[in-house]
Amino acid sequence: MNALDIAIAAKTYRKNSDTPALANLAFTVPSGQFLCIIGPSGCGKTTLLSIVAGLDRDFVGTVGRADQTRIGFVFQTPRLMPWLSARDNVRLALDPPPGNEGRAEALLREMNLGNQLDSYPGHLSGGQQRRVALARAFVNDPQLLLLDEPFTSLDAPTAQQLRDLLLALWLRQRPTVVFVTHDLREALSLGDRILFLSAAPGRVVLDLPVELARPRSPDGPAVEAARKRLLDLYPDLLSGLDKQRNAEDAA
Amino acid sequence: MGLVRAPLSEAGLRLVSALLLLALWQAAALAGSTLLPGPVTVARTLIEDATQGPLLSDLGYTLARVAAAFAVAMAAGSAIGMLMGRSRPVDGLFDLWLVLGLNVPALVIIYLCYLWIGLDEVAAVAAVALNKVPQTAVILREGARSLDTSLLQVAQVLRLPWGRKMRRAYLPQLYPYFMAATRSGLSLIWKIVLVVELVGRSNGVGFRLGLYFQFFDVANILAYSASFIAVMLAIEGLVIRPLERRLTRWRA
Repeated sequence: MNALDIAIAAKTYRKNSDTPALANLAFTVPSGQFLCIIGPSGCGKTTLLSIVAGLDRDFVGTVGRADQTRIGFVFQTPRLMPWLSARDNVRLALDPPPGNEGRAEALLREMNLGNQLDSYPGHLSGGQQRRVALARAFVNDPQLLLLDEPFTSLDAPTAQQLRDLLLALWLRQRPTVVFVTHDLREALSLGDRILFLSAAPGRVVLDLPVELARPRSPDGPAVEAARKRLLDLYPDLLSGLDKQRNAEDAA
Repeated sequence: MGLVRAPLSEAGLRLVSALLLLALWQAAALAGSTLLPGPVTVARTLIEDATQGPLLSDLGYTLARVAAAFAVAMAAGSAIGMLMGRSRPVDGLFDLWLVLGLNVPALVIIYLCYLWIGLDEVAAVAAVALNKVPQTAVILREGARSLDTSLLQVAQVLRLPWGRKMRRAYLPQLYPYFMAATRSGLSLIWKIVLVVELVGRSNGVGFRLGLYFQFFDVANILAYSASFIAVMLAIEGLVIRPLERRLTRWRA
């Protein structure tokens, strides 16, 4: 069963603008799949996630998903409420008590934030804030999890720690994941499948299943070999310059 | 002790400042006429007014009017300001009204309220509140304009019901503006309440000050002023500041 059925004919930022942000972008995502989306900056990846989440309704096309899908969204920045403690930020995603006591705390403890439950975001490091944001997205057991370059601007060990955490949570709860990134190694180490988008207006130029055995490491030989092979096959893939040829290759 | 090398603490400076003011006052009173009683005379009058006179009941009436007018003005002004800040058509439609409201003299509003509503308590409170509404609206409009929509999007993704969204994501962004409106509002409101009482009430601090003015009774005028300033300082110290500390705890 498909969790997502996307068909965006056109999305422009301003009315009467000549250059659409997205055009003829169509794909489906089976339930429980970990999908990565890669594309050059400015190709409309963030816009695509906003449309999928229902934050942006100003587009031509359809987004098919079950009406009451519980969505978790990890934004490019943590977007925590600065006036709420870590615990209350995570609780925000839960229905008010009674019923869910202790869930936020348990998840935060699991993420090694047990000593920071009552800290305000301003007192947390960047990596800790990301973890709180991840906990907020996961705590209500989402069916669809959207992540927008969630681990950029973090040092490599912290980013890897958070990737492992994300994978562990995904394996346990099995939500459908759409993970936007511009890092091919990251996508190869995380995804079941990678969609490559063209430069604006963004559309799918390559739909690539990733069949590497898990667990994978972004710096491991398997991911590196897959990356080399991919770049040899599609040398323009990440430049997004030669849209036409990529499209033909994909076909 | 010889030379004071370390600068005085802030509290120390404040104390010196207050003592200096009292000393100047006393000196002026000794040199001057009967129109400026000294601090000791005023203090004695104050105690007399409080124990045997109507001071406490006058303070009560005035404070009740301040509280009622403040509540009405904050509620109405905040709602108007938030609406105007979030909706361009509403803002365009009512901006002129706001400018008008800000510039109508307080006394005109007071006279009109008494004439149109009648010489009663409703008119008194309405007159004070009307004087404050435009100011509150302007401050909250600024706040609503500067809302961080990325946090409101979080609330939208989490499908927070309206009440929770307001309490958790929307209103906290406006707290600094509420506090600014509260501060400037209280000082404006209590000054206007006195005028309202002078013009059309038969109790309260403003009414009593008018009475003492007619008797050239400077000691009582100063005693009433001092007591009222003390009350307002107490509200600032016991209500406003603790509230502000609580609301901005996360910034510490």
